[in-house]
Amino acid sequence: MLELLAGFITELRNAGLPVSLTENLDAMHAISHIPLEDREAFKYALGATLVKNNAHWRSFETVFEVYFSLRGPEYSISDGEGSIEDFLQQMQDQQMQGEGNGGAGGMDSLTPEELMNILMNALMNGDQAMMRALARQAVQRFAGMEPGRPVGGTYYLYRTLRNLDLDGMLDKLMEASKQQVGGELTNLEERLEKDEYNHRIEQFKQEVEAEIRRRLVADRGAEAMAKTLRKPLPEDVEFMHASRDEMQNLKKSLQPLTRKLAARLARKRRHGRKGPLDFRNTVRHSLAYGGVPAEPKFKYPRPAKPELIVIADISGSVAAFARFTLMLVYAISGQFSKVRSFVFIDGIDEVTEYFKKTEDISEAIHRINTEADVIWVDGHSDYGHAFEVFWDRYGKEINPKSTVLLLGDARNNYHASQAWVIKEIQQKARHVYWLNPEPRSYWNTGDSIVGEYGTHTDGVYECRNLRQLEAFVEKLA
Amino acid sequence: MTHRFESVQSVRDGLKAVNYLADEGIAGVAFLADRLGKPVLVEGPAGTGKTQLAKSIAEMTGARLIRLQCYEGLDESKALYEWNYKKQLLRIQADRGSESWDDIHDDIFGSEFLLTRPLLEAITSKEPVVLLIDEVDRVEVETEALLLEILSEYQVSIPELGTIEATQIPLVFLTSNNTRELSEALKRRCLFLHVDYPQMDREKEIVLTKVPGVTEMLADQIARIVRSIRQLDLKKSPSVSETLDWARTLVLLGVDSISAEQAKETLHVLLKYQSDIAKAAKELSDD
Repeated sequence: MLELLAGFITELRNAGLPVSLTENLDAMHAISHIPLEDREAFKYALGATLVKNNAHWRSFETVFEVYFSLRGPEYSISDGEGSIEDFLQQMQDQQMQGEGNGGAGGMDSLTPEELMNILMNALMNGDQAMMRALARQAVQRFAGMEPGRPVGGTYYLYRTLRNLDLDGMLDKLMEASKQQVGGELTNLEERLEKDEYNHRIEQFKQEVEAEIRRRLVADRGAEAMAKTLRKPLPEDVEFMHASRDEMQNLKKSLQPLTRKLAARLARKRRHGRKGPLDFRNTVRHSLAYGGVPAEPKFKYPRPAKPELIVIADISGSVAAFARFTLMLVYAISGQFSKVRSFVFIDGIDEVTEYFKKTEDISEAIHRINTEADVIWVDGHSDYGHAFEVFWDRYGKEINPKSTVLLLGDARNNYHASQAWVIKEIQQKARHVYWLNPEPRSYWNTGDSIVGEYGTHTDGVYECRNLRQLEAFVEKLA
Repeated sequence: MTHRFESVQSVRDGLKAVNYLADEGIAGVAFLADRLGKPVLVEGPAGTGKTQLAKSIAEMTGARLIRLQCYEGLDESKALYEWNYKKQLLRIQADRGSESWDDIHDDIFGSEFLLTRPLLEAITSKEPVVLLIDEVDRVEVETEALLLEILSEYQVSIPELGTIEATQIPLVFLTSNNTRELSEALKRRCLFLHVDYPQMDREKEIVLTKVPGVTEMLADQIARIVRSIRQLDLKKSPSVSETLDWARTLVLLGVDSISAEQAKETLHVLLKYQSDIAKAAKELSDD
């Protein structure tokens, strides 16, 4: 047990969770108070002692499942078991009576259509045990798993789900529930039903995923499996390579992050500054002590908030990065006196208005993607032209209070760089920074000319993930 | 040392008896906190029952609840202890000349002149105590250090008096709304519990227990609509307390089955931003 736990904790550390020695000891203490056969309690005991940040919970869950999923009677990997099998039989009987079609035997002999019917019924009734059994069956049947095959779990997941056609299932479920009620559903009811089914299908997918994982662990062993499943923590996900799922998670973790950032910046502004004595205030407070100035008061300087101009490349390769930076900047726009934003590919357009009109940042981002006029010739990044146009149109509005942020990978498709614009901007503005979402080692390779622009800025920063972006924004405000 | 709780299940049942519906995680961590004698750091969105958890545990165990509300600028004299200067002054003046300075000196720094503040009070109390340190993320990072000694050793060191150790180990709950990252030192000393918005079934149960006069069907509908709304991308998702407010409103209005119209009209109970309300109303009516 001890050995297993030690392996588990090493894996957590490998996944990037900071687990200290005392926490390790706490975990050992904790599980001595918990009945080991209660898997849920065991999980929470480990979670409470080892994971101190909610964003890390998912990583913890994955590792936990890999290490401890095999242990416990209900998770044994046989192809069919007593209780569930009986249950299936019953279901099937019902089905046969209902539809009058033949077909006997266990699950293995079911045709795919029958399987789909059973699945639909299970989803309809929200039957957990049935769903689990079906997930198992589906994996066995469709995933085509072979021992020792060096393929990732996602491949099997894809194969299984493709055969099940869950999107079609949702439509069918909606159809069926409409018939059940006998008539039309109101919009509200329809929406609620849909949410419910979506939730159940999501559950089913998770069952399938868990089942695949269980089989893989059995095949390859926990350690090897944990390594392949290791996913970066949300704050370490790279903008340029994030999958759709990871993007969702990033978006979710952006909101608490901005809240924290705003609170921290406001605090920074208020504290930690010395100022000259405020004579009037001191005398006023001295009245409470009979005229003795016992409590000196100071005038704290209120530093002016910076004015921010964001110029972002939104061409395909770096679009996600630009989106996130814009979202972050606007979410804490209270910390700046003014924010103006421009987006470009080979043409440039101002998008400040989109953010002003709506309180909803994601809607503004959506409008940028659909409405902004950023294409001049062919829709391939041309930094030089974009900067030139920017300088012509808006150059005079840059003043010593403004901080200019340039976002992009500076991959200019071998067009003219027009780096003089950046030089001019630097002379007029307070600061010019360049944020590059590419790893530092890629800079100035191929058509990237970030070095040429970089010489005229106050700093070029690597911003590959949320953590780096956050650190930069804090420095900025 | 005797333990307060028998098993995880008993915690759960006990909390249910005082109208707090705990899930597996919450009950498990509360149970461990007692067994390991460690504080619990409860984190999560506002209005999910973090503070209520501490209150309910106190009620369930029959312990006294001592609460320390944190805010910016909280310091030692408000959290731990303070010397009662006025009383000390009086003491010195009362028998001026009759005693030697040494006697007085020893005398005025006795426990008689000590004003206990919540933290000290919690560990010196004879009867069982639940200590709630509310919204710990509001104090500055430096002030957090104040809490470290009491959280790990259950003792308070007073330079003039020595170390005061706890007569009994209190159950300690710290709540945080996560407006800033707490220090590693503090986190390490605590068990961590994240309280999120409840699952639909649990939320329905909560509505049923907390709102008198609500029908099963209405509660079910409320829970479903709230779940639906939480999936939208809102500035502030409705919390459990707002769900309860909404349920009460609907009961007062005599609604027993919510139509889209009624939902829209009462949305302002559930959501607090105009843009959120508009968005949710739009989502609920046309689809």
